[in-house]
Amino acid sequence: MREFRYEQPPDVAGAVALVAGAPDGAFLGGGTNLVDLMKLGVATPDLLVDVRELTSREITDLPDGGVRIGAGVPNADLAADRRVRERFSVLAQALLAGASGQLRNRATTGGNLLQRTRCGYFTDVTKPCNKRLPGSGCGALEGVHRNHAILGQTLDGPGTCVATHPSDMAVAMLALDAVVRVLGPDGERAVPLAELHRLPGEDPSRDTTLRHGELITAIDLPPLGFPSRYRKARDRASFAFALVSVAAALRVEDGVVREARLALGGVAHTPWRALTAERALVGGPATEDAFAAAAAEELEAATPLRDNGFKVPLARNLVVRTLADLTEGSR
Amino acid sequence: MDTEITLRVDGAAHPLAVDTRTTLLDALRERLRNTSPKKGCDHGQCGACTVLLDGRRVNSCLVLAVTVGDAEVTTSDGLAADGQPHRLHRSFVEYDAFQCGYCTPGQVCSAAGVIEEARQGWPSAVTGDVTDEPDLTDAEIRERMSGNLCRCAAYANIVPAVAAVAQSEGVRR
Ligand SMILES: Cc1cc2nc3c(=O)[nH]c(=O)nc-3n(C[C@H](O)[C@H](O)[C@H](O)COP(=O)(O)OP(=O)(O)OC[C@H]3O[C@@H](n4cnc5c(N)ncnc54)[C@H](O)[C@@H]3O)c2cc1C
Ligand code: SF4
Ligand code: FES
Ligand code: FES
Repeated sequence: MREFRYEQPPDVAGAVALVAGAPDGAFLGGGTNLVDLMKLGVATPDLLVDVRELTSREITDLPDGGVRIGAGVPNADLAADRRVRERFSVLAQALLAGASGQLRNRATTGGNLLQRTRCGYFTDVTKPCNKRLPGSGCGALEGVHRNHAILGQTLDGPGTCVATHPSDMAVAMLALDAVVRVLGPDGERAVPLAELHRLPGEDPSRDTTLRHGELITAIDLPPLGFPSRYRKARDRASFAFALVSVAAALRVEDGVVREARLALGGVAHTPWRALTAERALVGGPATEDAFAAAAAEELEAATPLRDNGFKVPLARNLVVRTLADLTEGSR
Repeated sequence: MDTEITLRVDGAAHPLAVDTRTTLLDALRERLRNTSPKKGCDHGQCGACTVLLDGRRVNSCLVLAVTVGDAEVTTSDGLAADGQPHRLHRSFVEYDAFQCGYCTPGQVCSAAGVIEEARQGWPSAVTGDVTDEPDLTDAEIRERMSGNLCRCAAYANIVPAVAAVAQSEGVRR
């Protein structure tokens, strides 16, 4: 591991100034992803600015009925929060489906959003990877890619990358229209979560649209007001990343879908908002046939790789099951 | 880069100078000679290094020692008070919940965390309705202990060992 200086500045502005002023500096949340990547030689910061206790650990009510989640709130505390469990069950379920009890105690909300891909070529410094070492190639494209993306990949050129975003929490937050509050050297801004993560495009080395030195201070969730649910398919029943996951919320009246929120995990470089499917659902009947048709429409854009074609029917079936659960009124 | 810290471990304060790269696990094992937390994977994947940090279970292999500050670190060793094994230790012996024992200190710390989390009313991924107060059924214990792997596969006995203590603590009906 590269040597680094460790700083605990007194406030968030100081933290931003420190990282903004150090090209190889990084914020440290719970460290459950960053310390791991430092051990592997994938992340090589020369300065760590600890923001775990600096960013708010509080969840507060917003006037509109939503909640503001401090970036320092541990994943475990967020999942256990009464308001989250009652009003945003999809978020509690997504958090609880991720990692382990120990990891959730340490991992923070801000760090969870910015965790990096679990692609095995990315985490192995002896392998080619355009995300870790731009221009070195994409080991996964023709290699082991059973758990890689089926949507929005870059399939040729120097930007080739077929990695997925691993977070469960972010998928739920995307379906909930979350807004990320960011503090940078030039002040504060609010970034809709849908605009935080980016597809690989020509530059897979950048996971997000954040600039160096920008700190996530909080995440705002607007009120939802109808039932929501998370479902995750994985290779073992617990303590495994998603093959495919679905975050959904549905408002049904007299058998007709009035509002629909749908996001997929494990399918793309970003948590994937299924806007095509949402449009197909709204105004239609709340039936399994209609759900399957909407999912199929979304997945028409899929470009699966040699070994991950199974994710297409898996995603479709998981969408149908999740929406059917919601229609039956279970949480 | 060396930094002066004081680690509070199992009731005693230990001033020491550590390189910033030192994990809590390595500081405990290599510097303080507390070999109760074990190094399995060193990447958060096995749970052998689990300790309690201010009473909450964490993977000490992913915690940098310089970040611990005043937090109280409790290892499986420290759960034993006055030379007497903790009720979880006794339960693991009674139910034959290990073979080689390498994962056991981590399992015990994790189980202590599971019981406390249930007491706080935290749900899990197998709690049917996340608004419910949990009851530590066998399925709940398996899910909540899934961050602790056992190469000897003593799981079948770990579950009842934890269940017996959960029952006596009133978090299992
Ligand atoms: C074995 C294992 C299994 C896992 N399984 C799952 C799973 O099933 N599902 C899942 O979703 N996750 C899983 N995880 C990942 C886990 O959720 C993440 O490691 C965790 O959420 C990261 O949070 P952290 O606070 O520890 O981040 P850190 O490791 O501290 O930071 C991660 C990144 O975010 C940056 N950062 C941190 N805080 C801020 C901030 N406030 N503003 C700006 N930048 C910031 C850091 O610089 C770093 O780049 C698993 C992890 C492990 C080790
Ligand atoms: S999929 Fe992306 S992260 Fe994985 S090897 Fe290819 S470029 Fe790297
Ligand atoms: S050694 Fe820490 S989880 Fe394996
Ligand atoms: S008892 Fe041997 S690893 Fe668990």
